[in-house]
Amino acid sequence: MHYADNVDYPRLLSRPSVYIPGLGVLFGVLVYAQAGTSSIGKVLAGLFGLADDPGFAANLLVALLITAVVALNVAMVMRLTIRQQMYVVWAELAVLVLLFFYSFDLSFEFIRRKIGFLLTQGLMTTLYVSAISIVIASILAMIGAIAKLSSNGIALGIANFYTSLFRGLPLLMQIYMIYLGLPQLGYVINAVPAGILALSLCYGAYMTEIFRAGIESIPKGQWEASRALGLKPRDTMTRIILPQAMRIIIPPTGNQFIAMLKDSSLVSVVGVWELMYLARTQGQTEFRHVEMMITASLIYWILSIVLELIQGRIERRYNKAQTR
Amino acid sequence: MIQKKLTLVETAPAAGSLPAVQIRNLSKWYGTFQALKNVDLTIARGEKLVICGPSGSGKSTLIRTINALESFQDGQIVVDGIQLTRKPEDVEAVRKRVGMVFQQFNLFPHLTVLENCTLALRLVRGVSQKEAEEKALHYLGKVRIPDQAHKYASQLSGGQQQRVAIARALSMQPDIMLFDEPTSALDPEMVKEVLDTMTQLAGEGMTMAVVTHEMGFARQVADRVVFMDRGEIVEQGVPSEFFSNPKELRARTFLSQILH
Repeated sequence: MHYADNVDYPRLLSRPSVYIPGLGVLFGVLVYAQAGTSSIGKVLAGLFGLADDPGFAANLLVALLITAVVALNVAMVMRLTIRQQMYVVWAELAVLVLLFFYSFDLSFEFIRRKIGFLLTQGLMTTLYVSAISIVIASILAMIGAIAKLSSNGIALGIANFYTSLFRGLPLLMQIYMIYLGLPQLGYVINAVPAGILALSLCYGAYMTEIFRAGIESIPKGQWEASRALGLKPRDTMTRIILPQAMRIIIPPTGNQFIAMLKDSSLVSVVGVWELMYLARTQGQTEFRHVEMMITASLIYWILSIVLELIQGRIERRYNKAQTR
Repeated sequence: MIQKKLTLVETAPAAGSLPAVQIRNLSKWYGTFQALKNVDLTIARGEKLVICGPSGSGKSTLIRTINALESFQDGQIVVDGIQLTRKPEDVEAVRKRVGMVFQQFNLFPHLTVLENCTLALRLVRGVSQKEAEEKALHYLGKVRIPDQAHKYASQLSGGQQQRVAIARALSMQPDIMLFDEPTSALDPEMVKEVLDTMTQLAGEGMTMAVVTHEMGFARQVADRVVFMDRGEIVEQGVPSEFFSNPKELRARTFLSQILH
C-alpha cells in the first residue's frame, strides 16, 4: 500500500453497516436477474428438487445460496494476509471468467485442431506487426516530442498538426484511409504495411505526448548545468535529458504497447492474417465462432499478462537505478 | 583557517591586464518588471567578489547573465575580452571560460561522480576518455572526494555533492568561477566543508564571483563585497569597510537582519 497510515481503521468489509447492505444488494440483484433460470442456478436448484420449476421459489433459493457462498468466501478471505488475499481473489475471479467461457459448451476438439494455426500464423503476425509498429511509433514520438519542444515554428506546426490529426481520427478510419486511400494517389500498399503504418502513426501521435511530458519533467537545473559546462544542444538532449526522461517515459510506453497489441486486431479489417482475423474466419466453416473468439481472447490476455510482468521488471530496474 | 597545501588551479589565468568580466550598463526586464537596472561591474583577474543582498535583488540573475544562462536586453558583458552576444560561437567561448556552481548542485543523477566530471571534457574539449578520467580524478582529489568516484550523486551527502559540482566545474579548467548560493541548500553541518573548498580555491588565485549569505566567508575571502537591492548595485567596498561601516541605509538594514 502506498503511504499506508499507522492507524488500524476498521476494515470496510468487517463493518455490519457495509456488508449487510452489500449482501442485501447482491441478493436483490440476483433475485431480480432471476438467478434460478441461469445455467448455474438450474444446477443449484436441481439439488433441491426445484430444477423443473424455475419460479420465484427457485430464484429466491438460488439467490440465497449464492449470497451465502459469497458471504462465506469474504469471511474466509478476510482472515488471510493482504498478499494471499490478492492472489486468492485474483484466482477466484479468473475461475469465474473461465467458467463463463466454459458455459458456452465449447468443442475442445475443434480448438485443439485450430490452435496451432492460430498461434503460428495469427499470434506471430500480431506480435511482429505490434513490435514493428511500436518501434516506429517510438521514433515518431521522439521526433514529435522534440519538435513540439523546439523553437522552430515549422516543426511545431507539423508536430501539432500530426498529433491533432492522428489522435483525432479513429484508428479504424486511419487503417481504411491508408489501405484504400493511398492507391488513389497511385501507390498500392499491401495490407500488412498499411496496418503497420496506421498503427505507427496513430500510436506515435499518442506517444509524442508521453515523450514530451517525460522530457518536460526533467528539472531546469539539469539543462542549466549542462549548458554551463558548454555542452551543445544536441549533447544536452541525448546525454543529459533523454537518459533521465527514459525512466519516466518507459512505464506509459509499456502501457501503450499493451494497448497496441490489442488494437492491432483492427488491421484484420484489411485482411491481415493476424490473431483476430483468423479467430473470425477459422470458426466460420464449422460455425464454431465462439470457440475461436474465446481462444483468441485468452491468447490476447496471456500476452498482456506477460507484457505486464516484463513492464514491471523494467520499471523496478529503472527505479533501482534512480536510488542507487 | 588552515590553508591546505593543495593547488586547485594548475593553469595560470590568461595573460594580459584585461579584466576577467566587464559589465556595462546592464539592464534586464521580465515583462515590465526590471530585474537589473543599469548595472556596472568589473571583476579583475584573480579577484574574489562576493555579491549579497535581499532575495529578489537580482544578484543571482546578475551572475547568471555572465555565462548566458539569463538573457539581457540592454548594456554589454565582456568576458575575457569576448563580447557576449547571442551568437553560438560567442556563448560557447564564454562558457568554456566560465565554470558555475549552483544552489541545487545540479549533478547529473544518471551518471557516476566520475562521469559527471568527464562528460563535458570529452564532449566539449574533445579530451580522450583516459585523459579525462585522470583529470577528473585529480580534481576530485582536490575537493577530497577521490574514493567516491564510482558512486552516484544520490549516494552522497549534500556537502559531498556540492564539492563534486565544484570539481566538475574545475575539470573544465575555467578562468572564472561563478557560485550561485552554493551553501544555501545544505544542512548546517555541511556548509563548512564546501566553504573550505571555496576558500582553498580562492587561495590559489581563481577569479570568483560568489552570491552568498555567508558573511563570515565574505569577510575572510572576498576582495570586494557588492550589495544589491531591487536590481541595482547599491553599495560596494572592501569587506572590512562594508561590514563595519555600511553607508547606505538599505545595506545597514540588510546587514542588521542577517548578522543578528
